[in-house]
Amino acid sequence: MKPPPFEYHAPATVEEACALLASLEDAKVLAGGQSLVPLLNFRLARPQHLVDINRIGGLDRMYERDGGIAVGALVRQAAVEDSPLVARVCPLLGDAIRLVAHRVIRNRGTVCGSLAHADPASELPAALLVLGGHVVVRSTLGDRTIPADSLFAGVMETALAPDELMVEAWFPAVAEKFAISEESRRHGDFALAGAVRAGDRLALFGVAPTPVLADPRDPARGLRPSGDLEASPDFRLHLVRVLTERVLAA
Amino acid sequence: MKVNGVAHPAPNDPRRLLSDHLRHDLGLTGTHVGCEHGVCGCCTVLFDGAPVRSCLMLAVQAEGHEVTTVEGLAADGAPLHPVQQAFHECHALQCGFCTPGFVMSVVGLLKENSNPSEQEINEGISGNLCRCTGYASIRRAVERAASLSPSGAGRAQGALSNKRVGERGKDRS
Amino acid sequence: MTTRWFGARVQRVEDDRLLRGHGRFTDDIDEGALESVLVRSPYAHARIRSIDVSAARAMPGVVAVYTAADLPFGQTDLPILIPHPNLTRGRTQRCLASEVVRYVGEAVAFIVAESRSLAEDAAEAVEVDYEPLPVVITPESAARAEHLVHDDVPGNVAAEMTQEVGSVQTALAAAPRRKRLRLRFERGAASPMEGRAVWARWSTSERKLTVYDSTQSPTSIRGGLAVLFGLPESSVEVIAPDVGGGFGPKIMLFYPDELLVPYAAMQLGRPVKWTEDRQEHFTAVNQERGQVHEVEVGYDDEGRVLALSVDFIHDAGAYTPYGIILPIITAAQVPGPYRVPNYRVRFRDVYTNATPTSPYRGAGRPHACFVMERTLDTIASDLGLDRAEVRRRNLIQPDEFPYEVGVAWQDGNRVVYDSGDYPKLLDMALERLGPRPAGDHIGMGVGIYVEGTGVGPYEGAHVQVLVSGKVVAATGIPSQGQAHATVWAQVVADQLGVDVADVEITGGDTRRFPWGVGTFASRGAVTAGNAMSVAAGMVAEKARRIAADHLEADPADLELAGGQVRVKGSPNRGIPLAAVAVLANPVRYAFGGGTEAATQFASRPRPGPPLAEGEQPGLEATGYYSPPGSTWASGCHAAYVHVDPKTFRLEVLKYVVIHDCGRVINPMVVEGQIEGGVAQGIGGAFYERLAYDEEGQLRNASFMEFLMPYATEIPPIEIGHIETPSPLNPLGVKGAGEAGVIPVGAVLASAIEEALGVSITEMPLSPLRLFELAAHRAITPHP
Repeated sequence: MKPPPFEYHAPATVEEACALLASLEDAKVLAGGQSLVPLLNFRLARPQHLVDINRIGGLDRMYERDGGIAVGALVRQAAVEDSPLVARVCPLLGDAIRLVAHRVIRNRGTVCGSLAHADPASELPAALLVLGGHVVVRSTLGDRTIPADSLFAGVMETALAPDELMVEAWFPAVAEKFAISEESRRHGDFALAGAVRAGDRLALFGVAPTPVLADPRDPARGLRPSGDLEASPDFRLHLVRVLTERVLAA
Repeated sequence: MKVNGVAHPAPNDPRRLLSDHLRHDLGLTGTHVGCEHGVCGCCTVLFDGAPVRSCLMLAVQAEGHEVTTVEGLAADGAPLHPVQQAFHECHALQCGFCTPGFVMSVVGLLKENSNPSEQEINEGISGNLCRCTGYASIRRAVERAASLSPSGAGRAQGALSNKRVGERGKDRS
Repeated sequence: MTTRWFGARVQRVEDDRLLRGHGRFTDDIDEGALESVLVRSPYAHARIRSIDVSAARAMPGVVAVYTAADLPFGQTDLPILIPHPNLTRGRTQRCLASEVVRYVGEAVAFIVAESRSLAEDAAEAVEVDYEPLPVVITPESAARAEHLVHDDVPGNVAAEMTQEVGSVQTALAAAPRRKRLRLRFERGAASPMEGRAVWARWSTSERKLTVYDSTQSPTSIRGGLAVLFGLPESSVEVIAPDVGGGFGPKIMLFYPDELLVPYAAMQLGRPVKWTEDRQEHFTAVNQERGQVHEVEVGYDDEGRVLALSVDFIHDAGAYTPYGIILPIITAAQVPGPYRVPNYRVRFRDVYTNATPTSPYRGAGRPHACFVMERTLDTIASDLGLDRAEVRRRNLIQPDEFPYEVGVAWQDGNRVVYDSGDYPKLLDMALERLGPRPAGDHIGMGVGIYVEGTGVGPYEGAHVQVLVSGKVVAATGIPSQGQAHATVWAQVVADQLGVDVADVEITGGDTRRFPWGVGTFASRGAVTAGNAMSVAAGMVAEKARRIAADHLEADPADLELAGGQVRVKGSPNRGIPLAAVAVLANPVRYAFGGGTEAATQFASRPRPGPPLAEGEQPGLEATGYYSPPGSTWASGCHAAYVHVDPKTFRLEVLKYVVIHDCGRVINPMVVEGQIEGGVAQGIGGAFYERLAYDEEGQLRNASFMEFLMPYATEIPPIEIGHIETPSPLNPLGVKGAGEAGVIPVGAVLASAIEEALGVSITEMPLSPLRLFELAAHRAITPHP
């Protein structure tokens, strides 16, 4: 399985990248590539243009701001996993990261990439949601902030416009009780269902087209999860209750 | 890009995967291709010292970076790298197809954690598929490699105990 | 013959180059070859109205595009590898389909281009006009035959076979107790880490076709290519280089690419290569394991089986290239290590619109074991007896060998167990398993199996001592990781009294050894191992004869040890094996290396011609071993598992294997085979399945969704051995390659049943399936 043909661009600055995204029809951003390249290899994604942002300097910063952690577009998941700053300020983020695939994937995969990819079964969007974080996106028209609860629009769909580049994600600090738990078939697989708790907020993943906030006392209410090879809708609802119980007890 | 310390030009075709570039353009066929979806780990190489899936990188992305493949661990005729030596001693390979990917992953694992626990070993190798060995010998090889490496010298050589597997230590709070 | 290598845990000679990345797998070979791709049907069943490759032909980098119309053999049905009189309606596919496609993945066109990327681009430009036809996917629906896979095969039945030992009808009726079971297996896949690949070159100047193929049977491919292309066999060489796992499906005659790639190489005057990718592997490479069994057992109040009737459907897939070996093996192996005085088994091999099936490690035995073990558990449950005790009461005893089961075996003979000690296997396994761990939702499972191994017709070996004293040996069969190069070296080194490191083994290269059958069915050690021993023994005998002349001793007084041929008890009276090799070839011209001693003017101890009548030059010999019948390995697995009552996650707490493969040449290698087999068994029982939908689409054709277990899913395994040597071959060995996988499903089913309190009658399982079973506390019927 080899990628289909595409035009390759490797901008050196964010401005260049935004200009490209504004001018090109059918362009996809390549950051970590751990989600996009398999899709290219399967020829399930066939963008005419790839905008590789890996050469852009200054996007790999992770720093404390506004009582939380800002994570730049090129911060690798492994860097978050190893970060003492994250361990101090937002350990829930570190716990969520450790559930993402395997270390080898995390060496390249980026936090922002995972958010932009918006797989409903992935951990980081749910973590952002439960913490009430946001992302900062930039285009030739400037910056805007998208809060987590407006970011995820559907399966693999975000509120980003085609000409917008996510430059930073912001995860608020978590002080009180927090926990993340998921059920997957193998170590590192996408979750059949997952629950993440920060204080008295609860978010679920893998059970809806996007991560969803849920009522800890009745987490399955209103949920209509889909079925697939490894989990039926009923099984997902069952797991939601089991996982909610687990994260609340932690 | 530098591959095993030697400078090479990047390919012209941007859609050339790093795995194919290493294997067919540079003749370094030690890195293998098992799936091209990033799951099996046969293609694992070191990228600036950290293990990555070469099937999930475009070769052009390696420009300006350093790639180490399995061929770079020990020069021809030189003794095997401790991880390779440990795999040999523990019969941790049969057909050998997944082996370079495992070796590179383990090199990376031990670099970050020179004295991994049983659980850390199990999770550390859990990103690589092997169809031949059933993993038991590979786990033993990682333990052995840790004791063979300079920083791991003096590590107790324990047999992997009969533990409850299936617990993945995921549920932390 | 000293046996210092036989039985030793010799580390592998293969490792160094594999570890350094210097392995040579088929896709590693480029040498300027063009690359290629197969265009495959996206429909499980469709008529082809037209194929238009004109756009593809015009695409950049494309050198050639072939459809059936372009091939001289385009209308030739590929062979049935193993014909059988009961296979009355065998069908095989053609190299490239042109009229009908019958499974997703069936090949329709072949594109050769400068690179695989360009070939894949061109593949997208091939336009095939398909008219979809009704699809038959499950074995049950195939048997109901509302739709036909082949228009000329009524009922979708390729073969039917019934065998009976004793009188089952009567015995069932007379039995004090009876139970019925329905057991179901879904398809599984071997999924070796290296996919299939072929590389070929035609040399016009030498009139030679050279093919590298990731195959388990180069000799068969070579024979087939010679016939098909009208070439003398001496013009065709087939080599299996390093092969990254086989497990069964890499034996075929032919996969379409095995014809197309050599053909294109011959046509285009350049080497051509083809390497499949993982996605196509899922539907293009043979699968296995789909069966549905209706079982009826009659037994007494002590739990002894009196009568067993098994009626099963085997899912052949769209074609039957491998004949009916799989259902024959299942039918033969159901009784297993147990006494079944009245046994009737009937199978129907049915066509479905899915990938053809051929053996995958275990090859029908896992099903057989599952059937018998679940039946015994049912008996135990009904009578309130301990499951191990029920097994004990039914086991064949050690003094009952040879034991005739009475059914047909895959080599055309009857099933006769040659040696074994089944009660000991069970006792040792239970002892090793130990007491039940404390806790809820814990279950124990146990399973005992036999395995027919070492099937013929034969293998051969050539062994030669070089004038340097090193030994080179070759056999026709290739390795896919089973350490042949180490294990045969041990056998040869013992015969010749040399160090293992001084023996170099080549397998699977028709240039080095052109005769053979293949590596499958746990036969390598028995057939090639014994052939090596025969050939090396012939070399040793010749060495003693030649040395005897020069030492003026009796050959019977000579031994081979330490690289010498020497007088027993007088280690100083000897001659190096290397020197014997020189002397074995009388020369006219001394060209160094001690050849002066072999010229006509050297001392000639014996009158007569330098090369005596019947003699051949050189210290070499070719020997063969042809087994009189299969030799029967056996084993017992036992395990404790825990099933989480909320998540239905499976944890294997302890897994024990007691294994008997006769005399063991290299215990380290055997243990590796067992560990690998158990892992495949666990994968096949709880993680992997091939999820076909009603349209015959495989919904999980990727490693993301076909869940092969990682290390975190496989527990440590404890292994013990017993050895009941085989009386059937000189080395006393039995096969070991498939043992690890055979009883795993049965063991886990039994344990999960106890842990969760639900009835398990199917494979594979998953947390979802256990959730459903627990919710319903009953069997959910399949379509």
